[in-house]
Amino acid sequence: MRFDTSPPPQWRSPATVGGIMRTVLYALVPALVAHVWFFGIGILLNTAIALATGLATEAACLRLAGKPAATYLSDGSALVTAILFAFCLPPLCPWWITAIGMVFAIAVAKHAYGGLGYNLFNPAMAGFVLVLVSFPDALHFWPAPDIGDLDYARPGVATTLQYCLTGALPDGITVDAIARATTLDSTKDGLALMRTMDEIRANPVFGDFGGAGWEWIGNFIAMGGFALLVLGVIRWHTPAGVLGGLLGMATLAWLFDSNLHPSPGFHLFSGGTMLGAFFIATDPVSSPTTARGRLIYGGGIGVLTYLIRTFGSYPDGIAFAVLLMNLAAPLIDRWTRPRVYGRPA
Amino acid sequence: MSKPENSHRIDYDPQPRRPAWGVRTPLRKSLSSREPLLVAPPPALVAIALAPGPDAPARPTVVPGQRLLCGEPIAEPAEPGLPRVHASISGLVTHVGPQRVAGLEVAVPCVVIQGSGDDERWTGYAPDPDAAGRPARELRDRIAEAGIIGLGGALFPTARKLAMGAGAPVLLLNGAECEPYVSCDDLLMRERADVVVAGARLLLAALGARRCVIAVKTNMPEARIALYNALQAAADPRVLLSVVTAKYPAGGERQLIELVLGREVPAGGHPSDAGVVCQNVATAAAVADFFQRGQPFISRIVTVTGGGVSQPRNIEARIGTPVADLITLAGGYQAEPRRLIMGGPMMGIALKSDELPITGATNCLIAATAADLDAPGSASIGPEMPCIRCGDCIEACPASLLPLELLTAARTGNLHELESLGVTECIECGACDYVCPSHIPLTRHFIAGKIAVQATAGAPGVAGRTRVDEAG
Repeated sequence: MRFDTSPPPQWRSPATVGGIMRTVLYALVPALVAHVWFFGIGILLNTAIALATGLATEAACLRLAGKPAATYLSDGSALVTAILFAFCLPPLCPWWITAIGMVFAIAVAKHAYGGLGYNLFNPAMAGFVLVLVSFPDALHFWPAPDIGDLDYARPGVATTLQYCLTGALPDGITVDAIARATTLDSTKDGLALMRTMDEIRANPVFGDFGGAGWEWIGNFIAMGGFALLVLGVIRWHTPAGVLGGLLGMATLAWLFDSNLHPSPGFHLFSGGTMLGAFFIATDPVSSPTTARGRLIYGGGIGVLTYLIRTFGSYPDGIAFAVLLMNLAAPLIDRWTRPRVYGRPA
Repeated sequence: MSKPENSHRIDYDPQPRRPAWGVRTPLRKSLSSREPLLVAPPPALVAIALAPGPDAPARPTVVPGQRLLCGEPIAEPAEPGLPRVHASISGLVTHVGPQRVAGLEVAVPCVVIQGSGDDERWTGYAPDPDAAGRPARELRDRIAEAGIIGLGGALFPTARKLAMGAGAPVLLLNGAECEPYVSCDDLLMRERADVVVAGARLLLAALGARRCVIAVKTNMPEARIALYNALQAAADPRVLLSVVTAKYPAGGERQLIELVLGREVPAGGHPSDAGVVCQNVATAAAVADFFQRGQPFISRIVTVTGGGVSQPRNIEARIGTPVADLITLAGGYQAEPRRLIMGGPMMGIALKSDELPITGATNCLIAATAADLDAPGSASIGPEMPCIRCGDCIEACPASLLPLELLTAARTGNLHELESLGVTECIECGACDYVCPSHIPLTRHFIAGKIAVQATAGAPGVAGRTRVDEAG
């Protein structure tokens, strides 16, 4: 009897790029639900717009590059970029901002560098930073989370939709009536006005550690992150580096003077810390590949985030920290090459 | 628990050695290891390769038409210290000349024997019960005479390996069969642990080594107990037992030395540079068979398994038996096998035909159905995607290489970078291929890279024939 042949190995593990991306998406679902709970359906609208523009841009770029569109569109990488980008946007966000960010993320940050696997920068963060510096007012327009005890009504579905489509609020509703400074904003502003942390924390937007509501979303993101760790999709080194770097800096400052510096728990549960640590910094393409390299890389993001939050002009620093460390990733990979078996150190 | 008073305490290390590298694959060894060992009757026809390994060319001493007894020498080595070749059945020589054998890409000189069916034995080798007391050099010469080669897959002449490692203090017996599906060494240790232990003591004598460690895997409880009991009976304080985690490729020679002895073989060096000589347990059993029973190397245990045979099992088969005969002994084909794999699914070679004769390297034959190939994901699953730098290959690599960086260097033909990244230390185990979510054929790139680097360095090429189970 005759048989076909093939070179070894004769089998492979069931892991696929698409499988990894889909697992990341599933891990974000609990946090997505929490986000809707606290901020309304805004994130769903933003996700839908980001997905649509992201996939359309991806398809166009693949066609230009002459790559098989079906294969690459189904790898799920553009979906992950879209949902991570949507998580960074305020729930009330005009559609063109979302679209511009996604087109930049996919067309420039990803495909101009060679497409899947070749991008230097995390596409979601590149897109987010572009809109953050281009549309500062819109990106700072965060409604307060719906935690029940605030003296205002959350913008409803109609308001969210109208703002998303037209960039204007219905008559009779002003931005000031909806917007609340985030905890990172009010901490930064409060400290600049020489208030102490205790005075600043009297604001009801603060929860137990970070922002009320925010910290719950942070919890669900962390749970998704732990699921990814358990499933082996990500390794512990990068999140440990990010959280360790940020906590280390925050703890030192807080021990130095807890009136002038927010607590480590505040840093952990405010802004994009959890999303950054578990879902953004762990993007394999734009981060180092060795275990030691990932610890250094994560640590760098944590430290830079603290420095930007404390001394920079933007309230949160995760996105900038990630992009800066993306730049350093190739160098870190060089530095942390392990010794080859049997060769001298 | 009370022990008999005269019981010897075996230095047994029950703490499994866990590698940081490697991959966990489905094992599927119990598919074939549940059945007892079947000793195959002499086949009607054998084709015995005279160059079982590339290092052991032998000159035929028989001509067509000549009648032979089973075990009679049929070829003499080109230089002393290399193995002699023996007839594996009694019968009539019908052909002497090049022929294809299982697992080699080129035709090699063979002797074809038409069996007479009586299996009459040649008695030119007398059993030597006092062999363990003889000088090491004399033992090595007799091991070469017995035609014994490394049965872990590399087929390196055993006597030569022992001579190269003479003076090394430690003998490591590799029973850590790590390829999925393969269970021939497991069955050997379960059923013939006393022979393995006797072989270990003879190898110690042939080497002049002080200590022998037999390494088995955590998923071989029966073999472990059988070896333990055999060691108890032998009461030889020089022989120890060690356990390693069932992770692939823990059975690779260098990997096992690292795991069990905590020593590293220097790059470009031999295990003896780390004071170790590694032999396969089946090689040890072959040595014992020769000195105890006067039987030269004429057979080996072959695992015949996979969803494509109806009764997967282990078969002791004569060297040169056509693969199809072994398939028949395993109940014949069923369920449309798609591949016929010699070896395990990680490093095994897909055979073109089941008419090819087996060699000493044929440890396993898998008649692989779609389910065998697909269940964990077949090699044909999905298209190749770009590397997403997930780093899983780095964690899998037993040689601490960076497969993803090597891939870039190989694709750009950067020989200097390939060399400095250590492509020559790649053992071609395929662990990186197995875990790669982008399905990149990494090992194939590295084999080509090794050949290119060695060609420019002027070093003798060894790429493409490193074997994971190369011990012995």
